[in-house]
Amino acid sequence: MLSLYVPGASPVHRAPAGLKLAVLAVLGVGLFATGRLDLVATALLLVLATGLLWARLPFRALTAQVRPVWIWLAALFGFHLLVTGPLVGAVAVLRLLTLVVAAAVVTATTRVTALVAVIEWLTSPLRVFGVRPARIGLVIAMTLRFIPLVADRAARIREAQAARGADRVRLAMVVPLLVQVLRMATTVGEALDARGAGDVPGRRPRRRAAAENLGTT
Amino acid sequence: MRRGRRADAAAAAAIVPRTAIEVHDVAHFYGDRPVLTDVSLTLTERRIGVIGANGSGKSTFARLLNGLVIPAEGSVLVDGLDTRTQGREVRRRVGFVFQDPDAQIVHPTVEEDMAFGPHNQGVAAEETARRVEEMLVRYGLAGHRDHPAHLLSGGQKQLLAIAGVLVMRPQRIVFDEPTTLLDLANTRRVSRVIDALEQDAVVVTHHLDLLDGFDRVLVFEDGRVVADGSPGETVPWYVARMG
Repeated sequence: MLSLYVPGASPVHRAPAGLKLAVLAVLGVGLFATGRLDLVATALLLVLATGLLWARLPFRALTAQVRPVWIWLAALFGFHLLVTGPLVGAVAVLRLLTLVVAAAVVTATTRVTALVAVIEWLTSPLRVFGVRPARIGLVIAMTLRFIPLVADRAARIREAQAARGADRVRLAMVVPLLVQVLRMATTVGEALDARGAGDVPGRRPRRRAAAENLGTT
Repeated sequence: MRRGRRADAAAAAAIVPRTAIEVHDVAHFYGDRPVLTDVSLTLTERRIGVIGANGSGKSTFARLLNGLVIPAEGSVLVDGLDTRTQGREVRRRVGFVFQDPDAQIVHPTVEEDMAFGPHNQGVAAEETARRVEEMLVRYGLAGHRDHPAHLLSGGQKQLLAIAGVLVMRPQRIVFDEPTTLLDLANTRRVSRVIDALEQDAVVVTHHLDLLDGFDRVLVFEDGRVVADGSPGETVPWYVARMG
């Protein structure tokens, strides 16, 4: 999600973000509604075919998302071997694997702004309670933007501490990191003001891109 | 070459409305500590440099010019608009480029971040897309449009930050030490970008080379303007004073 978008012009790339998220949601419900191994395995094959053949994504774009969860999938299968049996374990593992790969296909074929536009649309009914969907979207986008930045700052602090012989004291990095993040937050706040973030009207002007992503035009 | 670009920019500037910034009897404090004292200026020149030692009040002064900082005493008027009461209109006229582009880039990818400002201004999607495309091409970022911003080089990030301001079509741009975090090649690149701008610019900097050909340079010391004149007059004086 942080840097997973793979530019392309495939039908999957061009499909509205709202439709892709809806399909993902339906797939999730469907996978947990069935306990049949053949159906779950078929779903995985279809998702792989969608990603590799239809969206023409590189194989590593999908495996990169699966790699961090392999250990948990293996643990889950081991747990089921001990408690319920190999068939139930295989279904459980394939369900999660299918969902992870499907989510990877969605994020690799959808720009963050398109996903944020969908979230803004989904939260738009909250306007009656004074919530500003545009702000929610901005918060999500900024979260995605600043996670790697904060991680980078943390790595620099670790290096600085290691250079002075404190390479095993992880807690000692919390305070300087917090200070740096708070200082950066002040500047980011100024930058948001300077770039007109406070000017966003309660109801955004209709955007062609957002509308297209929601499939409403 | 440098002069030629500036001449081109000056010719192009004829189509960009000019701004006049009036600073009246401004004083500002952080807690009890005065950071600006008795500052009164009128800024109308196309290229104005601001120099001074660390803590001399340069950055606070820069932030006054587009209403990011409201003075504790006195007033700042941009084309007659008071930053205290008409900050939104002022910020539409005066853009601001920060020292650290990482703090200015708020969206995950290049193209998305560039569209952020116009979107906030309510610019139509087609016009935003056109402006963004123009900026991507102008600053050599077209091949990076979908790249995560955090993976850009320092120079590319600063260009993105500048483009993110230019795409909002301000009349004057304030740069707060735009080259401090850059290497020599990128410093020169940003310098050329500033040279070529159609807009008026105020540049706060420690890189005195950046001020070559500027119309006016202000020297700050302990929150006061201690020298005000052409680069030929003020820069050697400042260098001598710094020892």
